Amino acid sequence: MSACLEETLRCRLCGTEVPAGPVHVCGECFGPLEVVYDEEAISRVVTRELIESRPPTMWRYRELLPLSGEPRVGLSVGFTPLVPAPRLGKALGIRDLWIKNDAVNYPTLSFKDRVVAVAINRAFEFGLTAVGCASTGNLANAVAALAAEAGLPAWIFIPEDLEREKIVATAVYGARLVRIRGVYDDVNRLCAEVADRFGWGIVNVNLRPYYGEGSKTVGFEIVEQLGWRPPAQVVAPMAGGSLVTKLRKAFLELDKYGLAPGAAETRVFGAQAAGCAPIVEALHRGDAFVRPVRPNTIARSLAIGNPADGPFALQALRESGGWAEAVTDEEVVEGIRLLAEHEGIFTETAGGVTVAAARKLAAQGRFRDDGPTVLCITGNGLKTPDAVSGALELGAVIEPRLQLVAELVEAQEGVALAGR
Amino acid sequence: MGVIVRIPTVLRRLTGGREELEASGSTVGEVFAELGKEHQEFLARITTESGQLRPFLNVFVNGEDIRFAQELETPVRDGDEVSIIPSIAGGR
Repeated sequence: MSACLEETLRCRLCGTEVPAGPVHVCGECFGPLEVVYDEEAISRVVTRELIESRPPTMWRYRELLPLSGEPRVGLSVGFTPLVPAPRLGKALGIRDLWIKNDAVNYPTLSFKDRVVAVAINRAFEFGLTAVGCASTGNLANAVAALAAEAGLPAWIFIPEDLEREKIVATAVYGARLVRIRGVYDDVNRLCAEVADRFGWGIVNVNLRPYYGEGSKTVGFEIVEQLGWRPPAQVVAPMAGGSLVTKLRKAFLELDKYGLAPGAAETRVFGAQAAGCAPIVEALHRGDAFVRPVRPNTIARSLAIGNPADGPFALQALRESGGWAEAVTDEEVVEGIRLLAEHEGIFTETAGGVTVAAARKLAAQGRFRDDGPTVLCITGNGLKTPDAVSGALELGAVIEPRLQLVAELVEAQEGVALAGR
Repeated sequence: MGVIVRIPTVLRRLTGGREELEASGSTVGEVFAELGKEHQEFLARITTESGQLRPFLNVFVNGEDIRFAQELETPVRDGDEVSIIPSIAGGR
Protein backbone atom coordinates (compact mmCIF):
# COMPACT_ATOMS: atom_id res chain seq x y z
CA MET A 1 0.00 0.00 0.00
CA SER A 2 1.34 3.33 1.01
CA ALA A 3 5.02 4.02 1.30
CA CYS A 4 4.14 6.47 4.06
CA LEU A 5 5.93 4.64 6.86
CA GLU A 6 9.68 4.79 7.38
CA GLU A 7 11.27 1.53 8.49
CA THR A 8 12.86 3.15 11.49
CA LEU A 9 11.92 4.13 15.04
CA ARG A 10 13.04 7.36 16.67
CA CYS A 11 13.60 8.14 20.34
CA ARG A 12 11.16 10.72 21.61
CA LEU A 13 13.77 12.16 23.94
CA CYS A 14 17.16 12.10 22.23
CA GLY A 15 16.20 11.54 18.57
CA THR A 16 18.36 8.45 18.06
CA GLU A 17 17.02 6.29 15.20
CA VAL A 18 17.03 2.50 15.12
CA PRO A 19 15.70 -0.01 12.55
CA ALA A 20 11.98 -0.81 12.87
CA GLY A 21 11.26 -3.89 14.99
CA PRO A 22 9.53 -5.11 18.13
CA VAL A 23 11.44 -2.72 20.36
CA HIS A 24 10.23 0.22 22.42
CA VAL A 25 13.25 1.53 24.32
CA CYS A 26 16.07 3.75 23.17
CA GLY A 27 19.40 2.05 23.88
CA GLU A 28 21.06 5.41 24.46
CA CYS A 29 18.79 7.20 26.94
CA PHE A 30 15.96 4.67 27.65
CA GLY A 31 13.34 7.03 26.28
CA PRO A 32 10.36 5.60 24.40
CA LEU A 33 10.71 5.00 20.66
CA GLU A 34 8.11 6.27 18.22
CA VAL A 35 7.31 5.52 14.60
CA VAL A 36 8.52 7.74 11.81
CA TYR A 37 6.36 8.61 8.82
CA ASP A 38 7.28 9.98 5.43
CA GLU A 39 5.40 13.24 5.90
CA GLU A 40 5.93 14.39 2.32
CA ALA A 41 4.44 11.18 0.98
CA ILE A 42 1.44 11.58 3.29
CA SER A 43 0.92 15.19 2.16
CA ARG A 44 0.98 14.08 -1.48
CA VAL A 45 -1.40 11.15 -1.10
CA VAL A 46 -3.96 11.82 1.63
CA THR A 47 -7.10 13.82 0.93
CA ARG A 48 -10.60 13.96 2.41
CA GLU A 49 -11.93 12.43 -0.82
CA LEU A 50 -9.56 9.45 -0.61
CA ILE A 51 -10.54 8.82 3.00
CA GLU A 52 -14.27 9.21 2.31
CA SER A 53 -14.06 6.78 -0.63
CA ARG A 54 -13.07 3.92 1.70
CA PRO A 55 -15.18 1.63 3.91
CA PRO A 56 -16.19 3.03 7.33
CA THR A 57 -13.46 1.44 9.44
CA MET A 58 -10.30 2.73 11.10
CA TRP A 59 -8.33 1.62 8.04
CA ARG A 60 -9.68 4.51 5.97
CA TYR A 61 -6.82 6.48 7.59
CA ARG A 62 -4.26 3.80 6.71
CA GLU A 63 -1.54 6.20 5.50
CA LEU A 64 -1.54 7.70 9.01
CA LEU A 65 -1.11 4.28 10.65
CA PRO A 66 2.18 2.40 11.06
CA LEU A 67 1.83 -0.62 8.77
CA SER A 68 4.05 -1.18 5.77
CA GLY A 69 1.54 -3.44 3.99
CA GLU A 70 -2.21 -4.03 3.92
CA PRO A 71 -3.89 -5.00 7.20
CA ARG A 72 -4.82 -8.69 7.34
CA VAL A 73 -6.95 -8.94 10.49
CA GLY A 74 -9.34 -6.64 12.32
CA LEU A 75 -10.58 -5.24 9.04
CA SER A 76 -13.89 -4.07 10.56
CA VAL A 77 -12.51 -2.26 13.59
CA GLY A 78 -13.43 1.35 14.26
CA PHE A 79 -15.66 4.03 12.81
CA THR A 80 -17.94 3.80 15.82
CA PRO A 81 -20.95 6.12 16.16
CA LEU A 82 -20.54 9.78 17.08
CA VAL A 83 -23.92 10.82 18.44
CA PRO A 84 -25.32 14.13 19.66
CA ALA A 85 -26.11 14.06 23.37
CA PRO A 86 -28.45 17.00 24.06
CA ARG A 87 -30.18 15.48 27.09
CA LEU A 88 -26.90 14.59 28.78
CA GLY A 89 -25.56 18.00 27.77
CA LYS A 90 -28.39 19.66 29.65
CA ALA A 91 -27.76 17.49 32.72
CA LEU A 92 -24.03 18.27 32.70
CA GLY A 93 -24.37 21.91 31.71
CA ILE A 94 -22.51 21.48 28.40
CA ARG A 95 -23.70 23.04 25.13
CA ASP A 96 -23.39 21.03 21.89
CA LEU A 97 -22.30 17.80 23.56
CA TRP A 98 -21.46 14.63 21.59
CA ILE A 99 -20.56 11.06 22.53
CA LYS A 100 -17.92 9.08 20.63
CA ASN A 101 -19.21 5.63 21.40
CA ASP A 102 -16.43 3.04 21.42
CA ALA A 103 -18.56 0.96 23.79
CA VAL A 104 -19.76 -0.60 20.53
CA ASN A 105 -16.39 -0.96 18.85
CA TYR A 106 -15.82 -4.19 16.93
CA PRO A 107 -15.09 -6.92 17.92
CA THR A 108 -14.71 -6.61 21.73
CA LEU A 109 -16.63 -3.46 22.66
CA SER A 110 -13.83 -1.14 23.67
CA PHE A 111 -11.43 1.31 22.02
CA LYS A 112 -8.63 -1.22 22.60
CA ASP A 113 -9.69 -3.02 19.42
CA ARG A 114 -8.09 -0.13 17.53
CA VAL A 115 -4.66 -0.32 19.13
CA VAL A 116 -4.56 -4.10 19.01
CA ALA A 117 -5.56 -4.18 15.34
CA VAL A 118 -2.49 -2.11 14.53
CA ALA A 119 -0.18 -4.08 16.85
CA ILE A 120 -1.19 -7.53 15.61
CA ASN A 121 -0.93 -6.59 11.95
CA ARG A 122 2.50 -5.17 12.68
CA ALA A 123 3.42 -8.38 14.54
CA PHE A 124 2.59 -10.24 11.31
CA GLU A 125 4.86 -7.92 9.36
CA PHE A 126 7.69 -8.62 11.81
CA GLY A 127 7.06 -12.39 11.54
CA LEU A 128 6.40 -12.78 15.28
CA THR A 129 4.95 -16.13 16.30
CA ALA A 130 3.15 -15.13 19.50
CA VAL A 131 1.58 -12.01 20.94
CA GLY A 132 0.53 -10.96 24.41
CA CYS A 133 -0.24 -8.09 26.73
CA ALA A 134 -0.42 -6.81 30.26
CA SER A 135 -4.01 -5.78 30.79
CA THR A 136 -6.69 -4.47 33.10
CA GLY A 137 -9.26 -6.36 31.00
CA ASN A 138 -10.32 -4.53 27.85
CA LEU A 139 -6.93 -4.95 26.25
CA ALA A 140 -6.95 -8.65 27.19
CA ASN A 141 -10.30 -9.10 25.43
CA ALA A 142 -9.07 -7.34 22.29
CA VAL A 143 -5.73 -9.18 22.09
CA ALA A 144 -7.39 -12.55 22.67
CA ALA A 145 -10.04 -11.98 20.00
CA LEU A 146 -7.80 -10.50 17.31
CA ALA A 147 -5.05 -13.08 17.96
CA ALA A 148 -7.67 -15.79 17.48
CA GLU A 149 -8.63 -14.24 14.15
CA ALA A 150 -4.94 -14.05 13.23
CA GLY A 151 -4.29 -17.65 14.32
CA LEU A 152 -1.54 -16.54 16.70
CA PRO A 153 -1.14 -17.79 20.27
CA ALA A 154 -1.81 -15.04 22.80
CA TRP A 155 -0.19 -14.91 26.23
CA ILE A 156 -2.26 -12.61 28.38
CA PHE A 157 -1.28 -11.36 31.80
CA ILE A 158 -3.88 -9.78 34.08
CA PRO A 159 -4.29 -9.02 37.78
CA GLU A 160 -5.73 -12.11 39.44
CA ASP A 161 -8.92 -10.43 40.69
CA LEU A 162 -10.22 -8.67 37.56
CA GLU A 163 -13.96 -8.50 36.91
CA ARG A 164 -15.23 -11.98 36.02
CA GLU A 165 -16.83 -10.74 32.79
CA LYS A 166 -13.46 -9.57 31.51
CA ILE A 167 -11.73 -12.83 32.46
CA VAL A 168 -14.37 -14.95 30.73
CA ALA A 169 -14.34 -12.70 27.66
CA THR A 170 -10.61 -13.36 27.34
CA ALA A 171 -10.50 -17.08 28.09
CA VAL A 172 -13.24 -17.89 25.58
CA TYR A 173 -10.96 -17.10 22.63
CA GLY A 174 -8.49 -19.80 23.68
CA ALA A 175 -5.93 -17.36 25.04
CA ARG A 176 -3.13 -18.47 27.36
CA LEU A 177 -4.38 -16.53 30.35
CA VAL A 178 -2.04 -15.89 33.28
CA ARG A 179 -3.49 -14.30 36.44
CA ILE A 180 -0.92 -12.51 38.54
CA ARG A 181 -1.17 -12.00 42.29
CA GLY A 182 -0.73 -8.27 42.27
CA VAL A 183 -2.00 -5.05 40.75
CA TYR A 184 -1.70 -3.97 37.15
CA ASP A 185 1.64 -2.29 37.74
CA ASP A 186 3.10 -5.62 38.91
CA VAL A 187 1.70 -7.28 35.79
CA ASN A 188 3.15 -4.57 33.58
CA ARG A 189 6.59 -4.85 35.17
CA LEU A 190 6.52 -8.61 34.68
CA CYS A 191 5.46 -8.26 31.04
CA ALA A 192 8.38 -5.93 30.35
CA GLU A 193 10.64 -8.75 31.52
CA VAL A 194 8.64 -11.34 29.57
CA ALA A 195 8.92 -9.33 26.34
CA ASP A 196 12.67 -9.05 26.90
CA ARG A 197 13.11 -12.78 27.61
CA PHE A 198 10.74 -14.56 25.22
CA GLY A 199 10.78 -12.45 22.06
CA TRP A 200 6.99 -12.31 21.82
CA GLY A 201 5.10 -9.29 20.59
CA ILE A 202 3.70 -7.86 23.81
CA VAL A 203 1.38 -5.28 22.30
CA ASN A 204 1.70 -2.65 25.02
CA VAL A 205 5.38 -3.25 25.72
CA ASN A 206 7.66 -3.95 22.76
CA LEU A 207 4.98 -3.25 20.13
CA ARG A 208 3.95 -0.07 21.94
CA PRO A 209 5.30 2.37 19.32
CA TYR A 210 2.86 0.83 16.80
CA TYR A 211 0.02 -0.01 19.19
CA GLY A 212 -0.35 3.54 20.47
CA GLU A 213 -0.83 4.94 16.99
CA GLY A 214 -4.13 3.07 16.67
CA SER A 215 -5.65 5.47 19.22
CA LYS A 216 -5.26 8.35 16.79
CA THR A 217 -8.18 6.96 14.79
CA VAL A 218 -10.56 8.04 17.58
CA GLY A 219 -9.52 11.64 16.91
CA PHE A 220 -9.61 11.27 13.12
CA GLU A 221 -13.12 9.84 13.24
CA ILE A 222 -14.47 12.49 15.60
CA VAL A 223 -13.38 15.27 13.26
CA GLU A 224 -14.54 13.53 10.07
CA GLN A 225 -17.91 12.65 11.64
CA LEU A 226 -18.41 16.30 12.60
CA GLY A 227 -18.03 17.11 8.90
CA TRP A 228 -14.28 17.75 9.15
CA ARG A 229 -15.04 20.41 11.76
CA PRO A 230 -12.70 20.12 14.74
CA PRO A 231 -14.41 20.08 18.13
CA ALA A 232 -13.68 22.80 20.66
CA GLN A 233 -12.60 20.11 23.09
CA VAL A 234 -12.59 16.38 23.80
CA VAL A 235 -12.62 14.61 27.17
CA ALA A 236 -11.02 11.17 27.51
CA PRO A 237 -10.20 8.80 30.37
CA MET A 238 -6.57 8.35 31.37
CA ALA A 239 -4.98 5.09 32.53
CA GLY A 240 -1.50 4.81 30.99
CA GLY A 241 -2.11 8.23 29.43
CA SER A 242 -1.71 7.07 25.83
CA LEU A 243 -5.19 8.00 24.56
CA VAL A 244 -5.02 11.72 25.38
CA THR A 245 -1.49 11.82 23.95
CA LYS A 246 -2.62 10.25 20.69
CA LEU A 247 -5.81 12.34 20.44
CA ARG A 248 -3.59 15.42 20.54
CA LYS A 249 -1.33 13.88 17.89
CA ALA A 250 -4.36 13.08 15.69
CA PHE A 251 -5.59 16.68 15.82
CA LEU A 252 -2.13 18.02 15.00
CA GLU A 253 -1.84 15.64 12.02
CA LEU A 254 -5.29 16.54 10.66
CA ASP A 255 -4.25 20.18 10.79
CA LYS A 256 -0.77 19.61 9.37
CA TYR A 257 -2.01 17.57 6.39
CA GLY A 258 -4.75 20.07 5.58
CA LEU A 259 -7.59 17.65 6.32
CA ALA A 260 -9.09 19.83 9.04
CA PRO A 261 -7.51 23.25 9.37
CA GLY A 262 -7.74 24.51 12.94
CA ALA A 263 -7.78 21.02 14.45
CA ALA A 264 -4.57 21.87 16.32
CA GLU A 265 -6.71 24.24 18.44
CA THR A 266 -8.84 21.40 19.81
CA ARG A 267 -8.25 21.14 23.53
CA VAL A 268 -7.71 17.75 25.14
CA PHE A 269 -9.07 17.09 28.64
CA GLY A 270 -8.35 14.07 30.81
CA ALA A 271 -10.32 12.15 33.44
CA GLN A 272 -9.17 9.83 36.23
CA ALA A 273 -10.69 8.22 39.29
CA ALA A 274 -9.65 9.90 42.54
CA GLY A 275 -8.43 6.52 43.84
CA CYS A 276 -5.85 6.41 41.05
CA ALA A 277 -5.11 9.86 39.69
CA PRO A 278 -1.33 10.17 39.29
CA ILE A 279 -1.59 12.19 36.06
CA VAL A 280 -4.23 14.60 37.41
CA GLU A 281 -2.19 15.12 40.57
CA ALA A 282 0.99 15.84 38.61
CA LEU A 283 -0.92 18.28 36.39
CA HIS A 284 -2.37 20.10 39.39
CA ARG A 285 1.06 20.24 41.06
CA GLY A 286 2.59 21.65 37.90
CA ASP A 287 5.07 18.77 37.58
CA ALA A 288 6.50 17.44 34.33
CA PHE A 289 6.71 13.90 35.68
CA VAL A 290 4.23 11.62 37.39
CA ARG A 291 4.70 10.23 40.87
CA PRO A 292 3.41 6.63 40.99
CA VAL A 293 0.49 5.78 43.30
CA ARG A 294 -1.12 2.59 44.58
CA PRO A 295 -4.54 2.35 42.94
CA ASN A 296 -7.76 2.03 44.93
CA THR A 297 -10.86 2.55 42.76
CA ILE A 298 -13.78 0.65 41.23
CA ALA A 299 -12.58 1.94 37.84
CA ARG A 300 -10.35 -1.09 37.36
CA SER A 301 -9.67 -0.38 33.70
CA LEU A 302 -8.04 2.91 34.74
CA ALA A 303 -6.21 1.52 37.79
CA ILE A 304 -2.68 2.11 36.58
CA GLY A 305 -0.58 3.72 39.30
CA ASN A 306 2.51 4.04 37.14
CA PRO A 307 1.28 5.42 33.80
CA ALA A 308 3.58 4.60 30.88
CA ASP A 309 2.77 7.78 28.98
CA GLY A 310 2.41 10.02 32.03
CA PRO A 311 4.83 12.79 31.01
CA PHE A 312 3.51 12.84 27.44
CA ALA A 313 -0.09 12.95 28.63
CA LEU A 314 0.78 15.97 30.77
CA GLN A 315 2.37 17.60 27.76
CA ALA A 316 -0.67 16.91 25.55
CA LEU A 317 -3.08 18.34 28.13
CA ARG A 318 -1.00 21.46 28.71
CA GLU A 319 -0.01 22.20 25.12
CA SER A 320 -3.56 21.86 23.86
CA GLY A 321 -4.87 24.19 26.56
CA GLY A 322 -6.80 21.42 28.28
CA TRP A 323 -6.99 20.30 31.88
CA ALA A 324 -7.86 17.15 33.86
CA GLU A 325 -9.94 16.24 36.89
CA ALA A 326 -10.43 13.25 39.15
CA VAL A 327 -13.77 11.99 40.47
CA THR A 328 -14.82 9.75 43.36
CA ASP A 329 -16.17 6.23 42.93
CA GLU A 330 -19.66 7.52 43.84
CA GLU A 331 -19.40 10.06 41.03
CA VAL A 332 -18.26 7.28 38.67
CA VAL A 333 -21.48 5.35 39.33
CA GLU A 334 -23.48 8.56 38.88
CA GLY A 335 -21.67 9.20 35.60
CA ILE A 336 -22.56 5.74 34.29
CA ARG A 337 -26.21 6.29 35.22
CA LEU A 338 -26.38 9.80 33.76
CA LEU A 339 -25.14 8.57 30.38
CA ALA A 340 -27.45 5.57 30.39
CA GLU A 341 -30.57 7.46 31.55
CA HIS A 342 -30.10 10.45 29.27
CA GLU A 343 -28.64 8.95 26.09
CA GLY A 344 -29.32 5.22 26.24
CA ILE A 345 -25.64 4.28 26.30
CA PHE A 346 -24.35 1.82 28.90
CA THR A 347 -20.66 2.37 29.59
CA GLU A 348 -18.23 0.74 31.96
CA THR A 349 -16.56 2.46 34.89
CA ALA A 350 -14.04 4.33 32.71
CA GLY A 351 -16.96 5.96 30.90
CA GLY A 352 -18.48 6.93 34.23
CA VAL A 353 -15.19 8.59 35.11
CA THR A 354 -15.27 10.56 31.85
CA VAL A 355 -18.87 11.73 32.25
CA ALA A 356 -18.40 12.74 35.89
CA ALA A 357 -15.13 14.53 35.16
CA ALA A 358 -16.78 16.41 32.26
CA ARG A 359 -19.47 17.63 34.65
CA LYS A 360 -16.78 18.84 37.05
CA LEU A 361 -14.78 20.55 34.30
CA ALA A 362 -17.93 22.23 32.95
CA ALA A 363 -18.81 23.51 36.42
CA GLN A 364 -15.31 24.99 36.67
CA GLY A 365 -15.97 26.85 33.41
CA ARG A 366 -13.05 25.20 31.64
CA PHE A 367 -14.76 24.42 28.33
CA ARG A 368 -14.74 26.75 25.35
CA ASP A 369 -18.17 27.60 24.09
CA ASP A 370 -17.44 28.02 20.38
CA GLY A 371 -17.77 24.45 19.15
CA PRO A 372 -18.74 20.89 20.01
CA THR A 373 -17.56 19.07 23.14
CA VAL A 374 -16.95 15.34 22.62
CA LEU A 375 -16.77 12.74 25.39
CA CYS A 376 -14.77 9.63 24.47
CA ILE A 377 -16.66 6.64 25.83
CA THR A 378 -14.13 3.86 25.59
CA GLY A 379 -15.76 0.72 27.01
CA ASN A 380 -18.99 -1.19 27.48
CA GLY A 381 -21.05 -1.40 30.67
CA LEU A 382 -21.89 -5.07 30.19
CA LYS A 383 -18.28 -5.81 31.16
CA THR A 384 -18.57 -4.22 34.63
CA PRO A 385 -22.22 -4.67 35.70
CA ASP A 386 -21.34 -5.08 39.37
CA ALA A 387 -20.08 -1.51 39.50
CA VAL A 388 -23.64 -0.20 39.20
CA SER A 389 -25.94 -3.07 40.12
CA GLY A 390 -25.91 -2.13 43.80
CA ALA A 391 -27.10 1.39 43.01
CA LEU A 392 -30.02 0.29 40.84
CA GLU A 393 -33.62 -0.67 41.60
CA LEU A 394 -33.61 -4.07 39.93
CA GLY A 395 -37.38 -4.35 39.53
CA ALA A 396 -40.40 -5.31 41.59
CA VAL A 397 -41.34 -9.00 41.63
CA ILE A 398 -45.12 -9.59 41.46
CA GLU A 399 -47.71 -12.22 40.61
CA PRO A 400 -49.01 -11.98 37.02
CA ARG A 401 -52.12 -9.95 37.95
CA LEU A 402 -53.30 -6.71 36.33
CA GLN A 403 -54.35 -5.18 39.63
CA LEU A 404 -50.81 -5.49 40.99
CA VAL A 405 -49.47 -3.67 37.94
CA ALA A 406 -52.02 -0.90 38.49
CA GLU A 407 -50.87 -0.56 42.09
CA LEU A 408 -47.25 -0.36 40.99
CA VAL A 409 -48.00 2.30 38.39
CA GLU A 410 -49.94 4.23 40.99
CA ALA A 411 -47.05 4.09 43.42
CA GLN A 412 -44.54 5.03 40.75
CA GLU A 413 -46.35 7.61 38.62
CA GLY A 414 -49.13 8.92 40.88
CA VAL A 415 -52.89 8.27 41.07
CA ALA A 416 -53.90 10.29 38.04
CA LEU A 417 -51.94 8.15 35.60
CA ALA A 418 -52.97 4.84 37.12
CA GLY A 419 -56.65 5.77 36.89
CA ARG A 420 -56.66 6.25 33.13
CA MET B 1 26.20 -14.81 47.41
CA GLY B 2 25.24 -11.17 46.92
CA VAL B 3 22.38 -9.25 45.39
CA ILE B 4 21.28 -10.41 41.93
CA VAL B 5 20.82 -7.65 39.35
CA ARG B 6 18.88 -8.56 36.20
CA ILE B 7 20.08 -6.69 33.13
CA PRO B 8 17.62 -5.90 30.30
CA THR B 9 18.67 -6.57 26.71
CA VAL B 10 19.31 -2.91 25.87
CA LEU B 11 21.98 -2.73 28.58
CA ARG B 12 23.69 -6.07 28.01
CA ARG B 13 26.24 -4.73 25.58
CA LEU B 14 27.57 -2.82 28.58
CA THR B 15 27.80 -5.93 30.74
CA GLY B 16 29.61 -8.24 28.35
CA GLY B 17 26.28 -9.78 27.28
CA ARG B 18 25.47 -11.01 30.77
CA GLU B 19 21.81 -11.24 31.80
CA GLU B 20 22.50 -11.23 35.51
CA LEU B 21 25.20 -9.73 37.64
CA GLU B 22 25.89 -10.19 41.30
CA ALA B 23 27.25 -7.63 43.72
CA SER B 24 27.27 -6.80 47.38
CA GLY B 25 25.99 -3.69 49.07
CA SER B 26 23.45 -2.63 51.66
CA THR B 27 21.44 -0.32 49.36
CA VAL B 28 20.50 -0.35 45.67
CA GLY B 29 22.87 2.56 45.10
CA GLU B 30 25.76 0.70 46.73
CA VAL B 31 25.10 -2.37 44.62
CA PHE B 32 25.12 -0.28 41.43
CA ALA B 33 28.33 1.46 42.54
CA GLU B 34 29.93 -1.93 43.18
CA LEU B 35 28.92 -3.12 39.69
CA GLY B 36 30.32 0.11 38.28
CA LYS B 37 33.82 -0.85 39.39
CA GLU B 38 33.89 -3.58 36.76
CA HIS B 39 31.33 -2.14 34.34
CA GLN B 40 31.97 1.59 34.30
CA GLU B 41 30.02 2.29 31.16
CA PHE B 42 27.00 0.49 32.60
CA LEU B 43 26.99 2.69 35.70
CA ALA B 44 27.53 5.83 33.62
CA ARG B 45 24.60 4.91 31.42
CA ILE B 46 22.01 4.22 34.11
CA THR B 47 22.77 7.29 36.23
CA THR B 48 23.02 10.99 35.53
CA GLU B 49 26.05 13.14 36.32
CA SER B 50 24.55 14.05 39.68
CA GLY B 51 24.27 10.38 40.59
CA GLN B 52 20.50 10.10 40.16
CA LEU B 53 18.84 7.32 38.18
CA ARG B 54 17.99 8.33 34.63
CA PRO B 55 14.42 9.32 33.93
CA PHE B 56 12.57 6.51 32.11
CA LEU B 57 14.48 3.86 34.02
CA ASN B 58 12.57 1.95 36.67
CA VAL B 59 14.23 -0.16 39.33
CA PHE B 60 12.49 -2.85 41.34
CA VAL B 61 13.69 -4.79 44.39
CA ASN B 62 11.92 -8.16 44.51
CA GLY B 63 9.22 -6.67 42.30
CA GLU B 64 8.74 -3.51 44.38
CA ASP B 65 9.28 -0.13 42.69
CA ILE B 66 12.03 1.72 44.58
CA ARG B 67 10.08 4.95 44.15
CA PHE B 68 7.71 3.54 46.79
CA ALA B 69 10.72 2.89 49.04
CA GLN B 70 13.82 5.03 49.37
CA GLU B 71 14.90 5.30 45.75
CA LEU B 72 18.63 4.45 45.50
CA GLU B 73 18.82 4.37 49.31
CA THR B 74 16.42 1.42 49.38
CA PRO B 75 18.02 -1.31 51.56
CA VAL B 76 18.86 -4.69 50.04
CA ARG B 77 20.06 -8.00 51.42
CA ASP B 78 21.97 -10.90 49.95
CA GLY B 79 19.67 -12.96 47.74
CA ASP B 80 17.44 -10.00 46.80
CA GLU B 81 16.67 -9.54 43.11
CA VAL B 82 17.02 -6.13 41.52
CA SER B 83 15.35 -5.61 38.12
CA ILE B 84 16.21 -2.69 35.87
CA ILE B 85 13.32 -1.97 33.52
CA PRO B 86 13.52 0.79 30.96
CA SER B 87 10.60 2.86 29.79
CA ILE B 88 7.54 0.99 31.05
CA ALA B 89 6.58 4.19 32.74
CA GLY B 90 8.43 7.34 32.12
CA GLY B 91 9.78 9.76 34.54
CA ARG B 92 10.68 10.17 38.14
